[in-house]
Amino acid sequence: MNGYLLAAYAATWIIHMAYLATLVGRYSRLKREIEELKKNQP
Amino acid sequence: MPAPTGITRATLRKDLRLEWRSKDAINSMLFFSLLVVVVFSFSFDPSAEESRQIAGGLIWVAFLFAAVVALNQTWAREIRNQVLDAYRVSPAPANSLFLAKALGNFIFVSVLEALMTPLFIAFYRLRAIGPAWQLLIVAMLGTWALVVNGTFFAAMSLRTRSREIMLPLLLFPISIPAILGMVQATTAILTGEGARVWIALLLSYDLVFTTACLLLFERVLNAE
Amino acid sequence: MNRAFPVLGVLTAILLSYALYMALVVAPTEQTMGDVQRIFYYHVPSAWTAFILFTINLVASLVYLARRQPAADIVALVSAEVGVVFCTIVLVTGPIWARPVWGIWWTWDMRLTSTLVLWLIYVSYLVLRRFSASGETPVLAAALAIFGALCVPFVYFSIWFFRTQHPQPVMGGGGSIDPRMLHVLLINWLAFSCFAFLVCWSRYRLEKLQREVEQAQALASLAPRSPR
Repeated sequence: MNGYLLAAYAATWIIHMAYLATLVGRYSRLKREIEELKKNQP
Repeated sequence: MPAPTGITRATLRKDLRLEWRSKDAINSMLFFSLLVVVVFSFSFDPSAEESRQIAGGLIWVAFLFAAVVALNQTWAREIRNQVLDAYRVSPAPANSLFLAKALGNFIFVSVLEALMTPLFIAFYRLRAIGPAWQLLIVAMLGTWALVVNGTFFAAMSLRTRSREIMLPLLLFPISIPAILGMVQATTAILTGEGARVWIALLLSYDLVFTTACLLLFERVLNAE
Repeated sequence: MNRAFPVLGVLTAILLSYALYMALVVAPTEQTMGDVQRIFYYHVPSAWTAFILFTINLVASLVYLARRQPAADIVALVSAEVGVVFCTIVLVTGPIWARPVWGIWWTWDMRLTSTLVLWLIYVSYLVLRRFSASGETPVLAAALAIFGALCVPFVYFSIWFFRTQHPQPVMGGGGSIDPRMLHVLLINWLAFSCFAFLVCWSRYRLEKLQREVEQAQALASLAPRSPR
């Protein structure tokens, strides 16, 4: 398959996955903060 | 309650008087204009034949510098003296304040442009092949485009972090069609081609965005 | 609602795979550009999706200014963010396509340049949202969104007119498109639209959760601590 074609399709999915990764990261940070909140108010 | 135009005039007169009183401001403006033109002359060889083609772009980038410098201090005095809160609780329409600020900026930037233009003409040996009076129209429309949005975005940047960089960061992308118009119109007049479409673009841009600023300024002021 | 998400996720993944297969195998090979032309099936749907998302941003911003509903503000934020992601993909795949076809990475071609300006406007929107103090951000952002939307026709017209005066090669070619290619294009567009919808939905839930957590944190810091 043409190199440029592969690069374009790969770049597309890398960008999408990178964005989703940031969402997952923010979600785990939020979960930790929720745990903190739950601990401080029994 | 005094008429809105009365408030605009009074605010404008106050701002102009405060600026004019400090001779420092005028001297710095003179020196700034000279500096910008000299730096540009070193960066873009004035003797090259292409200079007439790019002069339009050069001049407007220089004017853009001047505009950002002026715009960044638009609300500085108001913030220092907590004047904005007084405006918010007064019955004065927010638009009067906005127009006064925008007109003040317009005058300030126009003065800078008027100082820089003869220097550019001299250093770059510029000569307009097309109708030179149209350059005045382009200058006014272009400057107003930058100043009206700039005054609005300066108000929006007031409570943001990195306020100084937030203004150009917000202003430049939105101004791109206007900047293209100003530069192309100026180049067209200098090289003797038709600038009519570009002038029409600038005019409609100014109308649309002035309306938008006037409609939305109240919300932005009260949001601060 | 939570149960629908994984199902839709799997369906979207299947649709995307099918669309990819169509783009790489089924679509006919273009005669002048060859296989490279298949980048088109990712480049164009990304552009259309970005435009739709930016339109949603405008509508949500107007609704927020009119009704002050927090949900509208979240939709505005989400659509701008995901729109910028898709717009970035347009700006990355465009040059990758231009390089083998025209020999240059960037042509200041009309469509690519307009997309760049659009990207700049919405990135500045996201920067404003990030940098402004949280109390007034939604209103300021909504105002900026309206300015951005008003700017779009000027962007397209000015760059179009500039190009007619200084013509350059047009990327993507003009003219009609083979119906089989159009079919593959539309399938990829459908697949990416579903994907965009799911991403927006996730981002929406994340933002809602974040705001609830922030509110709870604010309340917790005000309330007196219970004795241990």
